[in-house]
Amino acid sequence: MRFTIALAQIRPVLGDVLRNLAQHLEVIARAAKQGADLVVFPELSLTGYYLEDLVPDVALELARSEVVAALREASATHHVDLAFGGVEVSEDFRFFNSAIYVSQGEIIHVHRKLYLPTYGMFDEGRYLAPGDILRAFDTRLGRMGMLICEDMWHPSSVYLLAQDGAQILLCLSAGPGRGVRGETKLGSVEAWETITRAAAQAYMLYVVYVNRVGFEDGAVFSGGSVIVDPFGRPVVSAPMLDEAVLVGEVDLQEIRRARTFYPLLRDERLDLVLRELRRIYAQRYHLSPYDGGF
Amino acid sequence: MGAFNPALAVELLVRFIREEVTKVGFQRGVLGLSGGLDSAVVAHLTARALGPENTYGVLMPYRTSDPASISDAQLVADQLGIRTILVEITPMVDAYFERFPDADRVRRGNVMARMRMLVLYDLSAALRALVIGTSNKTELLVGYGTIYGDMAAAMWPLGDLYKTEVRQLAEYLGVPERIRQKPPTADLWVGQSDEEELGITYEVLDAILVELVDRRLTVEALVRNGYEEALVRRVAEMVRRSHFKRRTPLCPKISSRSIGHDFRYKRDWGS
Repeated sequence: MRFTIALAQIRPVLGDVLRNLAQHLEVIARAAKQGADLVVFPELSLTGYYLEDLVPDVALELARSEVVAALREASATHHVDLAFGGVEVSEDFRFFNSAIYVSQGEIIHVHRKLYLPTYGMFDEGRYLAPGDILRAFDTRLGRMGMLICEDMWHPSSVYLLAQDGAQILLCLSAGPGRGVRGETKLGSVEAWETITRAAAQAYMLYVVYVNRVGFEDGAVFSGGSVIVDPFGRPVVSAPMLDEAVLVGEVDLQEIRRARTFYPLLRDERLDLVLRELRRIYAQRYHLSPYDGGF
Repeated sequence: MGAFNPALAVELLVRFIREEVTKVGFQRGVLGLSGGLDSAVVAHLTARALGPENTYGVLMPYRTSDPASISDAQLVADQLGIRTILVEITPMVDAYFERFPDADRVRRGNVMARMRMLVLYDLSAALRALVIGTSNKTELLVGYGTIYGDMAAAMWPLGDLYKTEVRQLAEYLGVPERIRQKPPTADLWVGQSDEEELGITYEVLDAILVELVDRRLTVEALVRNGYEEALVRRVAEMVRRSHFKRRTPLCPKISSRSIGHDFRYKRDWGS
């Protein structure tokens, strides 16, 4: 199966959901004209990143939100799937940094960011609750997994999605640019190139990385969105720092080819991993076999 | 990790100025053009970001200022084609010190810096232009600046670059040799020199700050690496003692939600 993915490397406005929604709708229409079957937006694409006390103000109840309804409608009208980011409020009033996958007018999957960076220039844990479920999910375009930025810096996330059958890994990101000691690129951009290519190559799947651009209070988001094929080769790359909507083609047969050359997933030892993880887990938390539950 | 890449830094800083100025509804920038290195570099960056026609360099000499300061500032302005405005601060400063004729040179220097701030912020309103500050990371970290004086600005484009990195930017941007070669000075009194006043060269100061601030090494680790202990302690102490200058004023916490404590929004809120 072959299809087209659009990388929506946009610059959201901090805290203005309606302006960001308008931008989403405009980009979706443009991408659909370019033949996109799926448009992937960055992390918190509806809200901007450094929300702080704006978190409750921009949070969406996914089932009732008119903003989400407008995006669902756009997916049906343009016959294009969408992955976008926003703040989700749960029934018990926890706020999540969520990635939402919409297809043909329906929400197919919601991923709540698992790892909330709360160190250095990041403060997500102060305002947001971490998700605790990680699942691959089926779409009309294939089996996918979604991660949000920091999630991908935990190799276990990619490992689990690959084991769960993901063919396409979407990583929605608001990755700040840092480091002016490279030849041509920011240090942070080079770091993302390394981990996206490594993930694609280690698990023979497509990685679709979409990072935002623009400044928030002096911090820059560095773009560099990319589709990486199952051999670790970039299919299409967006520029550093500039807004861009680019499309690239994905061919799921490439996964078959890659896994024929490198049957690493076939050879994976889940039993070994589980056994050793159980041992490490028991040791770390001083559990005896009689504590049960592991 | 390679060497500092001035081209990449310029790319980021130009975008920083352009985006942070325009998204809050401004098109223009105004800055004090002293004839020195930092303001020359900021003038270059601002002219690239906003266009020379939207960049205003304000020349604000005092009667004791080095005459070369004016000609060097004009040299940068001519090179870039930016607009200049000359505002002598002598009558304002001298009028003030008629009330305090015995004021020492530190007080006089601070008043000059704040008089220039007053001029820049008045012109900011007159021109609908944001004040682009010229402070660099070195002087911000050691507190070598006047709070509400030369430190007053809407943004500090050089605030994350050490002086030695600003020099590399200046060379990359083509700031005239004459400006790049002269000894750094606040030019608040005749013969003033940054490095004499600080008691350390920028090369050594920046090297120590990189270790302490950017790499988070301890004073002890620096001493083990061959730095003189008294010097490192003095630099660390300058950073600590000047921290108040880098923060907004203290506000008491007595209500349920208080400015500076738990009323938290970015400046770019809504833009």
